[in-house]
Amino acid sequence: MQRKFFNGTDAVWLAFLAALALAPLVPAFAANSFRMHVMILILLFAGMSQAWNIIGGYCGQVSFGHSVFFGIGAYGAGMAVVTYGGTPWPGVIIGMVLAAAVAVVISYPCFKLSGHYFAIATFAIVEIFNRGFLVWDWVGGALGLDYPLIEEGLANLMWHDSKTEYYYAALAIFIVTFGIVRWLEGHRFGYYMRAVREGQETAESLGVNSTAVKLAAMSLSAALAALCGAFFVQYNLRVDPPMVMSLDMSMKFVLITILGGSGTLAGPLLGAAVLIPLQEYTRAFWGGLGGGVDLIIFGLLIIIMVVKQPAGMIGILRSAGKFFSGKKSAERGGEAHVSS
Amino acid sequence: METFLQVLIDGMLSGMVYALVAAGLCLIWGVMDVINFAHGEYLMIAMYVSYWLGFLANVDPVVSIVASGAFIFILGALTYKLIIHYTIGKPPLAALLATFGLAMLLKNLCLNRFSPNFLILSDTWLGDKTFQLGNLIFPAPQLAAAILSLVVVGLVYAVISSTRFGWAVQATAMDRDAAELMGINTERVYILIFGIGGACVGIAGGIMPSYLSVHPEVGSLFGLIAFICVAMGGFGSIPGAFLAGILVGVVESVAGFYIAPVFKYIAVFGLYLAVVFLRPKGIFGW
Repeated sequence: MQRKFFNGTDAVWLAFLAALALAPLVPAFAANSFRMHVMILILLFAGMSQAWNIIGGYCGQVSFGHSVFFGIGAYGAGMAVVTYGGTPWPGVIIGMVLAAAVAVVISYPCFKLSGHYFAIATFAIVEIFNRGFLVWDWVGGALGLDYPLIEEGLANLMWHDSKTEYYYAALAIFIVTFGIVRWLEGHRFGYYMRAVREGQETAESLGVNSTAVKLAAMSLSAALAALCGAFFVQYNLRVDPPMVMSLDMSMKFVLITILGGSGTLAGPLLGAAVLIPLQEYTRAFWGGLGGGVDLIIFGLLIIIMVVKQPAGMIGILRSAGKFFSGKKSAERGGEAHVSS
Repeated sequence: METFLQVLIDGMLSGMVYALVAAGLCLIWGVMDVINFAHGEYLMIAMYVSYWLGFLANVDPVVSIVASGAFIFILGALTYKLIIHYTIGKPPLAALLATFGLAMLLKNLCLNRFSPNFLILSDTWLGDKTFQLGNLIFPAPQLAAAILSLVVVGLVYAVISSTRFGWAVQATAMDRDAAELMGINTERVYILIFGIGGACVGIAGGIMPSYLSVHPEVGSLFGLIAFICVAMGGFGSIPGAFLAGILVGVVESVAGFYIAPVFKYIAVFGLYLAVVFLRPKGIFGW
């Protein structure tokens, strides 16, 4: 079914974005800095997981290496501010370009691998980058980069007192990533990606250059991941290798997308809206007890969610929608799972 | 030259242990096409079992391997029954993500119960003893672990390749539905394979407290190296995983000694990439 330029779902999205944009104006919400913090992280990780979704969900290449690109973006901004004492923006741009270039160089040989071999190759790449950055003095080594306090404002992408500005910056990233994916869904390239996911040989036989499509999707995904990484470091004001370039970080992007519903526009948002509050509230309630009680509960919840609803939350929403409207969901294009 | 031989021997001894850890993972992967992300955490729990038996009841790790093997056998079978069973026939990532959750749960459970401190068992039978052959030194605990690994991997390989149960396992790995039609209870095969895969890593973890300290993070690296070994060896090939384990051990030891200790894992992961770029299905893969 041809996707229309503007349809009812898009109207719902616009209304939703408007509500998000107005949210900080509600005093009861904006005054609670923990709630703002959770919202910022939801928006950031929804954007980051959407970046992963381009290659992992739409193109079907399940990469566990995205924390490398996230980390390159984070280090781009971090180096620009800490090492060179300037504004983060040139670092953000360089980080995005570099992440896309690194993505092409390391993905080209990896795309020859299939299934679990590809997944494990991406694990290996994360570990190589992680350990490499730990001993690389130019980027701060194991100590990482600690931000100095500099003047607040958009030029430095840093604010000291309120989280409202960070909220709007995260919202901007969210809109950029979701906008790009929405545009891709109706664009020729989006169809190429989905064709490669559903059957690479079939797609090739119809004249799709699958290697070029996968490389382009990967570099776009990596550049957006670097953008999110740069925001992440500007928000945390420090960066070290285990914080950004770790398997746990990569797994977070994958978990959010898959649990939300991979290969769908709303999936990463749904996943982030459930997983991030779970993570933050379990940490707030039980993290103080020490001894990882929050992570025990988080792990247990992941198991339960995967076992009960492996198609993702979008699957729950669709069956609920079917229940209320009585329509068959087949014509909606059931693309709620990854086939790798 | 002698230094090089010594480095080589150290690498082979630690590689044999990687091979035993990898063999368990390889079995599970080969039969069910499931990556068990909690494999390293099985190893960690086996080490705790052996440590506490030694600390509380004065049982030596050499004896504890029976208990830790049995314990992880049960843990593996339970993992299958309670989690993996429900992910079969679902998207291929489901099992991986569920076992990632399990890994997180087990790791933090141990952190919570046993604290993040490094625990060391002292006065074990093998302890600090060494064997000397000319100028070459063989540390006794590592040597015992390597011999144990050789025996257990050989035994598992023999069972899989030449017993009635092993044929049933191979049939199930090739085509579950066809095996079911031939009267094989594939559900039982899956439970046992998860159990045996767990027992391999349980035995490896059982002997390790004689020379390694135990802490909640100890399994993560071993688990990752086991993934590398299995994929390098080739999908579901036990000899492949064994060979890859030794290769990884040697590369780790040579790179650690001749380049710098911090580069040893970079070299190991680089080796994996080099091997699969040349042979995309691993050394013994097809």
